[in-house]
Amino acid sequence: MVTLCRRSLYLIALLPIALTACGGGDDAGSAAAGGGAADVAPVQIDNPGTITGSVAFTGTAPTLETIDMRDEPVCSDKHTEPPVQRTVVVNDNGTLSNVFVWVREGLTQSYPAQGEAPVLDQDGCLYQPRVLGVVSGQPFEIHNSDAVLHNVNAQPDANRGFNISQPQEGMTSERSFSTAEVMVPVQCDVHGWMTAYIGVVDHPYFAVTGGDGSFTIENLPPGDYVVEAWHEQYGTQTANVTVPPDGTVEAPFTYDAAAARNAIVPLGTPIDLHDHGAHVATVPTDAGDEE
Amino acid sequence: MSAQRTIWIAFLRPAVLAGTALVLTGHAQSAGAQEADAHPGAPVYDRWCAQCHGDEGAGDGYAAAYMLPRPRDFTSGIYQIKTTPAGTLPTDDDILRMVDDGMPGTAMPGWEGTLSAQQRRDVVDYLKTFSRFFETEEPPDPLPTGGEPRVTDEGLAEGRVVYEQLECWRCHGQQGRGDGPSAFEQTDQDGFPIRTADLTQNWQFTGGGEVENIYRRMMIGVEGTPMPSQADAVQSGVVTEEQVWRVAQYVRSLSPEDTPRLREVARAALVEGSLPASAADSAWAVADEFFFPLAGQIIVPPRWFAPTVNGVWVQAVHNGEELALKFRWHDPSNSPDPTWLPWQENVLAAMQPAEGGPTAPQTLPDAFAVQFPTTIPEGMDRPYFLMGDTRQPVYLWQWESLGDGVTEALARGPGSTTPLAPEQQSVRAEASWEEGEWVLVVRRALAAPEGDALDFEAGRAIPMGFFAWDGDNSEAGTRGAISTWYYLYLDEPGSNAVFILPVTATLLTFFLGLAFVMRAQRRPRHAVKSDSSLS
Repeated sequence: MVTLCRRSLYLIALLPIALTACGGGDDAGSAAAGGGAADVAPVQIDNPGTITGSVAFTGTAPTLETIDMRDEPVCSDKHTEPPVQRTVVVNDNGTLSNVFVWVREGLTQSYPAQGEAPVLDQDGCLYQPRVLGVVSGQPFEIHNSDAVLHNVNAQPDANRGFNISQPQEGMTSERSFSTAEVMVPVQCDVHGWMTAYIGVVDHPYFAVTGGDGSFTIENLPPGDYVVEAWHEQYGTQTANVTVPPDGTVEAPFTYDAAAARNAIVPLGTPIDLHDHGAHVATVPTDAGDEE
Repeated sequence: MSAQRTIWIAFLRPAVLAGTALVLTGHAQSAGAQEADAHPGAPVYDRWCAQCHGDEGAGDGYAAAYMLPRPRDFTSGIYQIKTTPAGTLPTDDDILRMVDDGMPGTAMPGWEGTLSAQQRRDVVDYLKTFSRFFETEEPPDPLPTGGEPRVTDEGLAEGRVVYEQLECWRCHGQQGRGDGPSAFEQTDQDGFPIRTADLTQNWQFTGGGEVENIYRRMMIGVEGTPMPSQADAVQSGVVTEEQVWRVAQYVRSLSPEDTPRLREVARAALVEGSLPASAADSAWAVADEFFFPLAGQIIVPPRWFAPTVNGVWVQAVHNGEELALKFRWHDPSNSPDPTWLPWQENVLAAMQPAEGGPTAPQTLPDAFAVQFPTTIPEGMDRPYFLMGDTRQPVYLWQWESLGDGVTEALARGPGSTTPLAPEQQSVRAEASWEEGEWVLVVRRALAAPEGDALDFEAGRAIPMGFFAWDGDNSEAGTRGAISTWYYLYLDEPGSNAVFILPVTATLLTFFLGLAFVMRAQRRPRHAVKSDSSLS
């Protein structure tokens, strides 16, 4: 109810503003605002600017834990390489994947989602993508591409959670979160290794880094912003930027394997399921170390 | 409902509460922290609830670390058992039901007998103030539960098929004993380990054990736990609502029709000839099965507040010479099972107090023990129920999953166990584990060899107690599940009156009737009327 009201308000008040939702993706590279779906009228932001950048990674990348999927041939057969826990995905160019970059402060109003509903897929007993961004109130789809039971257990703090049984391949459910929350952990209890994170923000100015570690957040009103980068293991960093009219500003982020050891990850629980109470991310110190 | 609680009231709940009381000793009540609080539910909450649920309702009272599952955290607005659809707030009545009736299988007692109706209503209203969700959202109407189809054999069979299709066995196991392949890694919303419900014990279901309750749990889920809602599966046409009812009926059928009553005495039926040869022998059918609840050992440190085994089923037969006992209990793993190491880690991390017990996972077997006094007591005098003491030892049957059969021993308190001499060891035993259940059959001659072992006698009440340890739950020594004293009674050879009487009565009736008819046929018609009064 609340969600619906808010969305219609947005539509009425902000019809002239066209923005796109940024889904996230492991493979999608940067998610750019702009473009947009055909069914929403283009919106006008005067002299829009862009924040761009890359998330660098220094130090030794941890060896990722291999997932034992032998008991789930339906899923293991989908993988040509042994599947690993993608907790820290360092790209070939020395950048970091699955970093959620979003405008945390500086926007003076909320902006609605536009474009297609983001999709959280379950494929090969892994979440695709692992990190997803949605706008508060925006419906997103949860899809099961595996011929096996998954339960989708979202455990937010500021929002109401859900726990959906998806026992059949091809099943799709739709949900939304009413309130901004970075991040909402999602867990499959049937396959304990399956974890995803959904970043819920009040506007579509966010991106998730992909295979080249870069991000682009477009179509922003010129002004001063605080941009935050979030990584599930290495925590958050912020950058202060000034977006010039019709220009581009760079917000570089660097995560260091060693310095990140004591990073605070602003998230309820699932960083370390065995670590009750302390929300300090633990960094694997060597190969085979459990997260 | 009251029948469901029989066992808890009788034993378990007082034990859990006693444990809680022990924990609370030495802590003042959260004295008047809320004196300025005008809410009428606040004083009730502070007095009765805060010790477990915390002063601010975050489920972090000082007794919380002694409990698994943990006390509810009211700040999240998540309530496990409710009638409203998944993802929505519970109604006041939903919360009140938990306050009134408590949560079976947990430390949460019912408060109906302790607090007045007004106090309970006030406390429900107060609980809602801990979560901001109640400020902005209204609970919707309860999920309708009409339309339960009639229970039929075909319906139950379909329920089983859908149970497979929905892959309920992933956690609950093929036989519903909570031993599914994913059971070892289940955690609740706060990352604490959580047991998958044993579907064969519906009196332990937190949300009620009848078909409608189960249907609700399936459609709504159990929020804050890994148990998902099937509402989307119904909406997507993966299953129909009726099929969900069928699963609920099937799940209900896994438990006994009536909650097992706590009976003090297990009767060993007298049989002629040989005793059942194995656990599967159909000859066991002559013996009634008795259920005895077990609870965590919370008296001698290191204590254990999170035992796996919550009860044992016992059958017994004897033939005047020899006695056979069959014990079965549910344990989701055949310890030591390396798969369950993460469970052990989680439990050790979650549970207080360590009290000198191990804090790191170990390779431990499952174990079971039955204790008797060394001689049958004349009166009510029995050894101390916790494996005796130095004054009065107990005679013990000890079994281990990694060991070889049953060892007979004398115990003078926990940890002071001495095996009997080899020539005194006369018990034969066999054990097997399948689909989350141990079955142990023990046989022994009634008369023990010369020595310390008990001589069993028919017609006497023989004290009997039980201990169970789940190695994969880090249980060993004083960390385990215990029972109080119960009794074993061997039917007397001369006491078959109960079987003979009906036969005698039938024969007597037959012959009397025959005599009557013959007399009636012999006599003149007019005399029948007066004679009939004879019968």
